[in-house]
Amino acid sequence: MTKFEIRGLRADVLISEDERQEILKGVDLTINSGETHAIMGPNGSGKSTLAYAIAGHPRYEITEGEVLLDGENVLDMEVDERARAGVFLAMQYPVEVPGVSMSNFLRSSVTSVRGEAPKLRQFSKELQGAMKNLSIDAAFAARGVNEGFSGGEKKRHEILQLELLKPKVAVLDETDSGLDVDALKIVSEGINRAQADSDLGVMLITHYTRILNYVKPDFVHVFSEGRIAESGGPELADVLESEGYERFAKAGA
Amino acid sequence: MTTANTEPKAHSHGLGQIPVSKLDTHGSYDVAAFPVPNGREEEWRFTPVRRLKGLHDWKGTADGTDETVVDAPEGVTFETVGRDDERLGKAGLPVNRVIAQAYTSFEEATVVTVPQSLVADKPITIDRQALGGTAFEQLVIDVKPMAEATVIISNTGTGVRAGSLDVHVGEGAKLTLVSLQEWDHDTVEVSQHNARVGKDASFKSVVITLGGDLVRLSPRVSYEGRGGNAELYGLYFAGDGQYHEHRSLIDHNVSNTRSRVDYKGALNGSGAHTVWIGDVIIGEGTTGTDSYENNRNLQLTDDTRVDSVPNLEIFTGEVAGAGHASATGRLDDIHLFYLRSRGIPEEEARRLIIRGYFLDIVNRIESQELRDRVMEKVERKLAAHE
Ligand SMILES: Nc1ncnc2c1ncn2[C@@H]1O[C@H](COP(=O)(O)OP(=O)(O)OP(=O)(O)O)[C@@H](O)[C@H]1O
Ligand SMILES: [Mg+2]
Repeated sequence: MTKFEIRGLRADVLISEDERQEILKGVDLTINSGETHAIMGPNGSGKSTLAYAIAGHPRYEITEGEVLLDGENVLDMEVDERARAGVFLAMQYPVEVPGVSMSNFLRSSVTSVRGEAPKLRQFSKELQGAMKNLSIDAAFAARGVNEGFSGGEKKRHEILQLELLKPKVAVLDETDSGLDVDALKIVSEGINRAQADSDLGVMLITHYTRILNYVKPDFVHVFSEGRIAESGGPELADVLESEGYERFAKAGA
Repeated sequence: MTTANTEPKAHSHGLGQIPVSKLDTHGSYDVAAFPVPNGREEEWRFTPVRRLKGLHDWKGTADGTDETVVDAPEGVTFETVGRDDERLGKAGLPVNRVIAQAYTSFEEATVVTVPQSLVADKPITIDRQALGGTAFEQLVIDVKPMAEATVIISNTGTGVRAGSLDVHVGEGAKLTLVSLQEWDHDTVEVSQHNARVGKDASFKSVVITLGGDLVRLSPRVSYEGRGGNAELYGLYFAGDGQYHEHRSLIDHNVSNTRSRVDYKGALNGSGAHTVWIGDVIIGEGTTGTDSYENNRNLQLTDDTRVDSVPNLEIFTGEVAGAGHASATGRLDDIHLFYLRSRGIPEEEARRLIIRGYFLDIVNRIESQELRDRVMEKVERKLAAHE
């Protein structure tokens, strides 16, 4: 049983050497293992900022609050330590790292997170299986990390990493955007598999209720102007879909 | 970072309006034709002249010795010849005083010949270890028409070395030349690679410079017939206090010739300084030249200096393609973040990125064993500052 708590989190985006802007204005959220929390909110409200701040992105700085994984402050950890502790972020815009092959990258990260190098044979079997489950062609393993991947291909690879790294909590930032109907289903199945596998806690950032038909949320939160403006059950998603965010934007202002 | 010269520029010699790259096209076998450099001249302005160990104003005796191990496939000949051998000095004139000094002072030269139509079944390897002292040298690699060969020259050891490597790639022939500068930390090398590329011939050069206190290497290419193709790849990695200068010149003196120059460098540690000068001349009256040059530099620590100067001079209106790019930057912190966000510790993430950065150059080397050796050295240099 894992408890992931975000408490009073405030964060700035570092715009330049001497310019910064507060984006997160006090976020509180608790995710227990096995739970799925959908986060919905208007463009620019700070959802990705929240995701990046949790992961330790260098362009953001936390000014207040804590993020606890089973009581341990994740914010005191280095970026790679956070990942090894069991926090995973599927990025809205996965990064291309030219020249580093996907297979080398995956082997390095699995080795780091598991604390020992998997047997080569066993790992390539595991990798092949995981890729097949996500309908990723085997040829991708030899390509550079996300290098020239289409938007949808990048998203599938984020979920591939989720499945290989088996974290305790995963923040999925718009993993559904850019996916075609079939891919959406395939990726959703991947998320559900990961959850069934290891009782994963999920923070699912999305603009569309479409994915929520496959990945059933236990809670839906409205994110507006740097904080959670309202929380409810799955039915809140439908309200948002039909009515939009207008009243929350006003409430938050 | 210095900007590109694409226009002829006024010059302080009193020669009036001469293109900058032309500086490197005049040459002489005669030491006296070059004034003793003081470091302020255009062609010496980056080089720390006082670290040349007297090469720029040579008054000593050449007392250096080498231990050289050669391995060649059947049919390839190796000869040690005297100063009067007519095959010497035919690929290009010395373009600076040090090279002219080497041409004046060498006593014996080596001539490697790959006979006509011979397709060498394994690389010709020359493992040279410098055992101290100063030595001047001349090496000629003559690849006769329709022959194909790979030559791997590995330079290690300590000393002061200067000289020319002349390469003739005959009509329709193919040569890959790999030159590794893995010198000890106190070694000084000034050398010139002259390649003459024949009609429909192909020359690929891979220069890997990792060692030495000061290495100044000038690869030069000119053509003997249409259809000639030259590809120059380079990797350099300067650590603490190391100086690496590579100055290439491609002279598209013949129509329908092609060239590619792609050099990538990294710098890690206090006082590391690298210089890349890439001159390309597209000659008067020529047509159909296709040329591109690229230089990238990665500054891994702050206390390093990079100079990168592409010069493209076009004396004709009929060019198939000509371009250049040069960029110098730091390790991308977002790349690092992505890898680290997957649990990979920082040092390992850096290692993966550097490997990736150099991969396309290293992959120009055919031998897996040699590729591994180069990557391993690169990683060791990287680790020196973690
Ligand atoms: N470098 C920057 N300079 C100025 N503003 C920035 C910078 N980076 C981010 N921001 C601002 O931070 C705010 C929050 O951005 P964030 O990406 O977190 O929004 P989001 O909720 O994820 O939006 P979307 O739904 O469009 O993905 C935005 O208004 C954005 O413009
Ligand atoms: Mg976003």
